[in-house]
Amino acid sequence: MTVLAVAEHRRGELRAVSHELVTAGRELADATDGDLHVAVVSGSVEEYADRLDREGVDVIHTVAHGEEFNHDVYTQAVTQLAEELDPTVLLMPQSVNGLDYAPAVANRLGLPLITDAVDLAYDDGLTATRELYGSKVETTIDSHADSTAVTVRPAEWPAAEGSGDATVEPFEATIDESAIRSTVTGFQEVGGGDVDISEADVLVSIGRGIEEEENLDLIRDLADTLDATLSASRPIVDNGWLPKNRQVGQSGKVVTPDVYIAIGISGAVQHVAGMKGADTIVAINDDPNAPIFDIADYGIVDDLFDVVPALIEQFE
Amino acid sequence: MKVLVTVKEVTAVDDEFEIDGLDIDDRYVTADLNEWDEYAVEEAVQLSESLDDVEVVTVTIGPSDSEETIRQALAKGADRAIRVWDDALDDDAMLDPATKARLLAAVAEQEGPDLILTGVQSADDSLGATGVTLADQLGTEWAAVVNALDLDAEAGVAHVHRELEGGVEELTDVELPAVLTIQTGINDPRYASLRGIRQAQSKELAEKTLDDIGLDATALDSPIEQTALYEPESEGDATLYEGTPEETAGELAGLLAERGVGQ
Repeated sequence: MTVLAVAEHRRGELRAVSHELVTAGRELADATDGDLHVAVVSGSVEEYADRLDREGVDVIHTVAHGEEFNHDVYTQAVTQLAEELDPTVLLMPQSVNGLDYAPAVANRLGLPLITDAVDLAYDDGLTATRELYGSKVETTIDSHADSTAVTVRPAEWPAAEGSGDATVEPFEATIDESAIRSTVTGFQEVGGGDVDISEADVLVSIGRGIEEEENLDLIRDLADTLDATLSASRPIVDNGWLPKNRQVGQSGKVVTPDVYIAIGISGAVQHVAGMKGADTIVAINDDPNAPIFDIADYGIVDDLFDVVPALIEQFE
Repeated sequence: MKVLVTVKEVTAVDDEFEIDGLDIDDRYVTADLNEWDEYAVEEAVQLSESLDDVEVVTVTIGPSDSEETIRQALAKGADRAIRVWDDALDDDAMLDPATKARLLAAVAEQEGPDLILTGVQSADDSLGATGVTLADQLGTEWAAVVNALDLDAEAGVAHVHRELEGGVEELTDVELPAVLTIQTGINDPRYASLRGIRQAQSKELAEKTLDDIGLDATALDSPIEQTALYEPESEGDATLYEGTPEETAGELAGLLAERGVGQ
């Protein structure tokens, strides 16, 4: 069989998920002695192709059209390439941009789409594993189609390494300019301001478990007591209780403090992506099944409104 | 101008739960309006407040049980609601994005909205693909993961920010009509007023079968099948402190002191 994996880049950088897609794609191709094709669309495609040429890649298809990601270009280019290669599995990243073109590609090719796969297997057909209900349960999904589109969760597969001897083939996609009805006008960095949480040695981080805005004072007290910096998971920032520059996670900051104390944070994958590099992770949560305990080094399963005051007292 | 908002009743699972076949046992779930959809509804209602002659219509795929949840959007200012359901839709079957989009597209074709807002994803299935699939089935433009919207209805353009990873936003102009998938945090969803809740009771909530929207049961055919549901094995090896809050806090304080925290 043929596996086609689509690389991702942004503002001149190949994104890490690209090499993870190569690993996932190679594993699938190996299951049937098949070939792994990689596509890279827009930007410095030759330079990207060079960096994508890792062990296990058979062919790299380059589509030179435009600089930055545009979903109308990607949709047309990937659809046409897939029509030509007829891959059994079409792998794309489960990223913000992946979700902006993968569904359209699947729709045009008439392929079923399985998003956010955390595991893939091929045995007479594709089986994907994904998580439901905020990682509380896992489900397996079988595709009965001859060909299936999948978006792959970042950081689930290791990055492909080594150097390959892939053939690089420019692909002449026919891009209908009149079908490009979105224009990227720029980029904006958000989350600047008084504090850079990625510089902190100790973070006290608060999540949805704090329930009310006024309860934040308790966590501020703890942060002051420990001489730590206050950070938060997404819901706190969505609610406007803390500014964006305090947000840890995929869409916020990636932090690597010596100690990260997660309080009332369930540990959704988007949050974990931002803090799993901390040296020591402490979790306080009343839900023993919260995914945060899967990556914590130390934990207390109890009500934060009982534990945090007691902890402050210990330091007074 | 007409804005169509797709909404979904989702289930939240209790801390402790049991699995029943391919689903969570009903005893351990609570139904609510999908969080992302709340932001999409709010965005639509705000448009109707700032522009003249905007009608906000919600559409959901769900059984009659979901009506109470769907009325929350009416209570917050949506004008009317459409609920698609059919005996052919088995309550427990997983609907893939293409199937959902087919049903929603059939409604959109009847309604002819200028703008469609969806949540980025649902809190339970987290497929995150229905909105863009819907756009492509309709042949309209789209933008995924929108966290700022400035609509220029006269020019027929939506100026949006797309929330990329790592604190970067992409600024994009999208031609209307379009489907925008709305990210949490784009606005501050209101609470329904008592007056709104009362008014919602008399707002139109139309039920449509597959036949009503020009489809038959073949629209539900899907080549993907859910085969198992299970609790993942914990990968954790955390040291858990046990005891009263004073005892656990004491142990944690000892650890933090060892690490030089708070000294």
